[in-house]
Amino acid sequence: MDVFFQQLVNGLTVGSLYALIALGYTMVYGILKIINFAHGDILMIGTFIGLVLVMNFHLAFVPALLLAMFITALMGILVERLAYRPVRAADKLIALLSALGVSIFLVNFAQLVWGTETHPFPVNISGEPIILGEVHIGTLQIWALGVSLLLMVGLHFFVNHTKMGVAMRATSFNVDYARLMGINVDNIISITFAIGSALAAAAGILIGVYYDAVYPVMGYSAGLKAFTAAVLGGIGSIPGAMLGGLLLGVLENEGAAYLSSGYKDAIAFALLIIILLIKPTGLMGRREQQKV
Amino acid sequence: MLELKNVMVNYGVIPALKSISFKVEEGEIVTLIGANGAGKSTILKAICGLIKLKGGAITYQGDTISGMGAHLIIRRGISQVPEGRGIFANLTVEENLGLGAYVRKDKAEINRNLKVVYDRFPRLFERRKQVGGTLSGGEQQMLAIGRALMAAPKLLLLDEPSMGLAPLVVKEIFKIIKEINQTGTTILLVEQNARMALSVANRGYVMETGQIISHGTARELRDNEDVKKAYLGH
Ligand SMILES: Nc1ncnc2c1ncn2[C@@H]1O[C@H](COP(=O)(O)OP(=O)(O)OP(=O)(O)O)[C@@H](O)[C@H]1O
Ligand SMILES: [Mg+2]
Repeated sequence: MDVFFQQLVNGLTVGSLYALIALGYTMVYGILKIINFAHGDILMIGTFIGLVLVMNFHLAFVPALLLAMFITALMGILVERLAYRPVRAADKLIALLSALGVSIFLVNFAQLVWGTETHPFPVNISGEPIILGEVHIGTLQIWALGVSLLLMVGLHFFVNHTKMGVAMRATSFNVDYARLMGINVDNIISITFAIGSALAAAAGILIGVYYDAVYPVMGYSAGLKAFTAAVLGGIGSIPGAMLGGLLLGVLENEGAAYLSSGYKDAIAFALLIIILLIKPTGLMGRREQQKV
Repeated sequence: MLELKNVMVNYGVIPALKSISFKVEEGEIVTLIGANGAGKSTILKAICGLIKLKGGAITYQGDTISGMGAHLIIRRGISQVPEGRGIFANLTVEENLGLGAYVRKDKAEINRNLKVVYDRFPRLFERRKQVGGTLSGGEQQMLAIGRALMAAPKLLLLDEPSMGLAPLVVKEIFKIIKEINQTGTTILLVEQNARMALSVANRGYVMETGQIISHGTARELRDNEDVKKAYLGH
């Protein structure tokens, strides 16, 4: 049983980070109906920004995290303006190509500035590990879980209880109907990218610290897993992304412990295929509404 | 109050509106009737800035609004109940109504307005925590109209408010449209139900394949032989 609970803790930790990243995919998809394939790379840049703030500007962890989130949010807005807005009316395939372009650009930019090597992410994080019998919850795990839960609660509040959050849900239901309410849809899209990118930066920094590794292509694997989580939960659904992330993290870790750690990634995708066979819209997805 | 001058709209290369011109004066109920695909909904979309014009201009209270963003047009006091009602099925009745007042700032006024809407549609009050998608067709139409009223519009555009409703409910809806007009809101009403529309309207325009083919007072149109044959069924 101890193995089970230990893997549960590990799974929830990684899962909550997947969830943070998955939220960016799902929120953008919810409104623009495109997959932002550059999302993982925005995460990577955000992580490097956090690293620079800690190493070169000697900021403490929390201020560095917050500032990196803010800068990455602005970057997300910029990416949407430059790469997606001009092609919004065009075929979705064009937006996909645009996303790949952004992705390649960001990775190359990072390689140019920080090299291709892996950088450690040393931070002074305070706190005691929690030990419950044989189950060990490390300080970094507590931070990763705590920060991501806090951010998710904040997002939940924003989306459900603020005027702008309601406008965002309305826009994701139907852009034209939202326009008729007087909602400035362009602003909502900017805010969506800002929030998604800020959450990705937070997740990236926590991942970088957790694994003590930051490198230019780190966005690929993190992005792929989180994308899987978003689809699993039902792309477009915010609670779905949270659930999908946590579920994926837990099952992956339990699977690795009970089957073989070599199957870790296979489990994620097998799970995805099974769920999509049973419920094509994902766990909490809704069917695309019909056009009237 | 509202004027369209030689408005042209294309969907791709296919023209949907070919030089449409008409006027709505302050305080009127004007109806736009015509067969399926005539371009009625397209006109309402063009007025609200949801689609770009290929030619012509739309002025509202003396200002050109064509070319402006939809949110800026709505801010000027135009509200539309779109075809199919435009309910946010994922939001509660209360949230839907709240969005109606999205562009307004005066909290106290908005709350007073909300009370008026709930008084007029007690069914909506009972269901205020329910998501819009679970309402019946008639309830959704009430929600759509109630939400438009939350904007306290000067000009209300209604796209087939009678669609899919039982005759008794249709009667009720038209009664409400008249009442809304009497409180000072100008109304542009798109309808398939020409008989009903002409019974509440002051004036009307008849459309066919992207053009206006006749217009007149409601009485004139009711007596017009072509209109009778095509839309009144005798
Ligand atoms: N998004 C679109 N893309 C292409 N063509 C369109 C689009 N919307 C409408 N049309 C076409 O434009 C014409 C006018 O459509 P519109 O919806 O304005 O008609 P309508 O008078 O409202 O009809 P109905 O009474 O059936 O609602 C139709 O021929 C329709 O097929
Ligand atoms: Mg129509």
